Amino acid sequence: MTTASTPRRESALVMSIRQNRGFYGALLLLAVLYIVYNFLHPKGFSTNVFIANTNESVALAFVAMAQAMTVIVGGLDLSVGSVMTLTSCIASELVRGEPWQIVFGCLVTVAAGTGFGLVNGVIIVYGRLQPIIATLATGAVAMGLALLIRPKPGGEVDLDLNWAATNSLRDLAETYHLFSDGEDAWFQPIAWVPVPLLIMIIVAAVIWVPFKRTVTGRTLYAIGSSEGAAFMSGLPINRARLWAFTLAGTFAGCAGLYLAIQTGSGNADIPQAGAYTLNSIAAVVLGGISLLGGVGTAIGALIGALILRVISFYFRILSIDPLMQSLVEGIVLLLAVSLGAVRTLRVKNRLELFR
Amino acid sequence: MFQELSLMPDLTVADNISIADPPRRFGLIDRKAQRERAEALLARIHCEDVDPRALVRDLSLSRRQMVEIAKALGKDPKLLILDEATSALTSRDVETVYSVLGELKQDGVGMLFISHRMHEVEALCDTLSVFRNGQHIETFAKGARSQNDIVKLMIGRDVSHQFPPKPVRTKPNTPHLVVDNLRWENALNGVSLSVGKGEIVGLGGLDGQGQKELLLALFGVLRGVDGKVGIGGADGLTGSPAEAKSGKNRIALVPEDRKTEGLMLPMSIADNLLAASFDRVSVGPFIDRSKEKQAVADAIKQLQIKINRPEDAVATLSGGNQQKVVIAKWLMTEPEIILLNDPTRGIDVGTKQELYRLMRELADQDRAILFYSTDYAELIGCCDRVAVMYDGRIVTEFSGAAITEEALVSAALNITVPISTSPGVPA
Repeated sequence: MTTASTPRRESALVMSIRQNRGFYGALLLLAVLYIVYNFLHPKGFSTNVFIANTNESVALAFVAMAQAMTVIVGGLDLSVGSVMTLTSCIASELVRGEPWQIVFGCLVTVAAGTGFGLVNGVIIVYGRLQPIIATLATGAVAMGLALLIRPKPGGEVDLDLNWAATNSLRDLAETYHLFSDGEDAWFQPIAWVPVPLLIMIIVAAVIWVPFKRTVTGRTLYAIGSSEGAAFMSGLPINRARLWAFTLAGTFAGCAGLYLAIQTGSGNADIPQAGAYTLNSIAAVVLGGISLLGGVGTAIGALIGALILRVISFYFRILSIDPLMQSLVEGIVLLLAVSLGAVRTLRVKNRLELFR
Repeated sequence: MFQELSLMPDLTVADNISIADPPRRFGLIDRKAQRERAEALLARIHCEDVDPRALVRDLSLSRRQMVEIAKALGKDPKLLILDEATSALTSRDVETVYSVLGELKQDGVGMLFISHRMHEVEALCDTLSVFRNGQHIETFAKGARSQNDIVKLMIGRDVSHQFPPKPVRTKPNTPHLVVDNLRWENALNGVSLSVGKGEIVGLGGLDGQGQKELLLALFGVLRGVDGKVGIGGADGLTGSPAEAKSGKNRIALVPEDRKTEGLMLPMSIADNLLAASFDRVSVGPFIDRSKEKQAVADAIKQLQIKINRPEDAVATLSGGNQQKVVIAKWLMTEPEIILLNDPTRGIDVGTKQELYRLMRELADQDRAILFYSTDYAELIGCCDRVAVMYDGRIVTEFSGAAITEEALVSAALNITVPISTSPGVPA
């Protein structure tokens, strides 16, 4: 019971919800969509379905997080899909052989993505080009490089890694013989957890969560909110923007690496790269990130990507024409964005709508 | 037509003039007719030198304003509202505009002419209305009031603000910020000024005489600034706000437009408060949560900012409290030189008084304060000295008891200065 003397303060959660309506809305939508999906699925609520679903979501989740970095600073990166494709082709060449070679290959793949992002950043920050057109060009370059590396689909990614990264923790442990005699007791309750889910969570936790707490990370939001005010406050604008595009490259590299491991090969697939780029923008918006910048988190983009994926899963279990998928995704996106536009009805000075 | 130009820079002059209702043929814009119409209208204001096919972005500011006038004339107005329409014109153009306006008057067009310039009002208008603080003060026929009376009406007699007492100076302050012959583009034409430690120096004059540019130049925002700036004896010309706020200079600027230059509106109050001093609450690259919290709490307490929680978006605050956030943000950097660009604009009287007290406290802590305000009463109440700017230079400086409303307003209108320097006065 709250006594009358205690000042009424809303709890931290309530406040967080009020300030991040888009994000929590997306989370709720995802939860509802996925629970309903499991009820409809003949083998719903099983580990196998869960693993298969997360497996298909990782690459898009990473690409969406890449896009989130650039959208938060008020930009847009049209090269994320191509960078993912390029890095997956690189991974299909390198991620095999001895264990050290595999680790080396993974590192080179992510580094390639990061490097490409850095190049994007340098072009945009020091070349003073608009992000859309700069990344449209560099995206085409990335695609060209991918085709050079892999004119035809193929490559052999290490099969053990493929198996371990796309199944449950138990399979991972068995693949690499982590436990000499049976499983330890602590491992039992978490043995069912899908490795792809862990990969998503770990990458987000290792890259995004600390980054958000740096001055550079905070500057990202400042730039997206009001670049003028950020500049006038003496914030490191150029550095922050460079980081945003570089980290976008890192995330795209992670997406490419996972895609190669998941499919066991590389494929310089142009339509696929384009679809990933466009889906990443949709995911970012669904996840509560403002395309004007300054609002939202990479975690939101991850949620947005999962929503898009869950929608596509419905088509497998319901007897809807798969050709309708694009239509339904489009409608969901429109509805989600329309909710965000309600705010403009409250603006009194109509000149402010254009600022 | 507006003081701030409403032309589209990437369209041609002819396109702009006929933008709202272009001549059409078979439903498509008739470019030839449009060009002829533009030529006719431009000829009417003696601007034959402007090519209707030229892009507006390639024209000089005064030519653009003439195009704007042509555009307004093209609508065949019954009522023409001119808001500072002559602010960017050369004296020859001003005379042309006067004669065109005279012709329009003959044709029975009603005109509302908004201006800061006394001689223009004298020359053009039949009836004058004085407005102050969004209120209509008085309307009278031309000649019914002397220039001094009008100035008094403009100032108003109400002394509603309480100002803290000024300290009595026994000896002059040692100059801390010294500006010598500062020049930039057309806005600054050789500004020389000094501000001592513990001193509040006001910048007066009409809006747009280079005061803002002076503050921006000192803060490192402008490129290609000529002249010398000394801070505590060392060279103090800075290249960027990041440089200005850090290291030896320690300059803070409370900018003109808090909504676009001062605040990141969607971000939290805490983030805004810390925006200029994240380095002070960081450990390595990371922002330390407890330090952050402490610094924010201190700042909110110091300026008595009325907030619900520091995590709320700064956009939810009232104008006065938003301005306090901007000021608190800069005080966190512990600046030695504080530049204030009209900080009391759009905030309530109570908060204004708090700011005046704060300014005096800061001055007593030996900071040098340069304070631009469009409100004469503020300059008189707060400043130890006031420098009045006109056309990019400082025309007069007043100190102590010499800072009076009449002195400031006449200096701002440049009335005491010989007529030859004020452009566009028709005989």
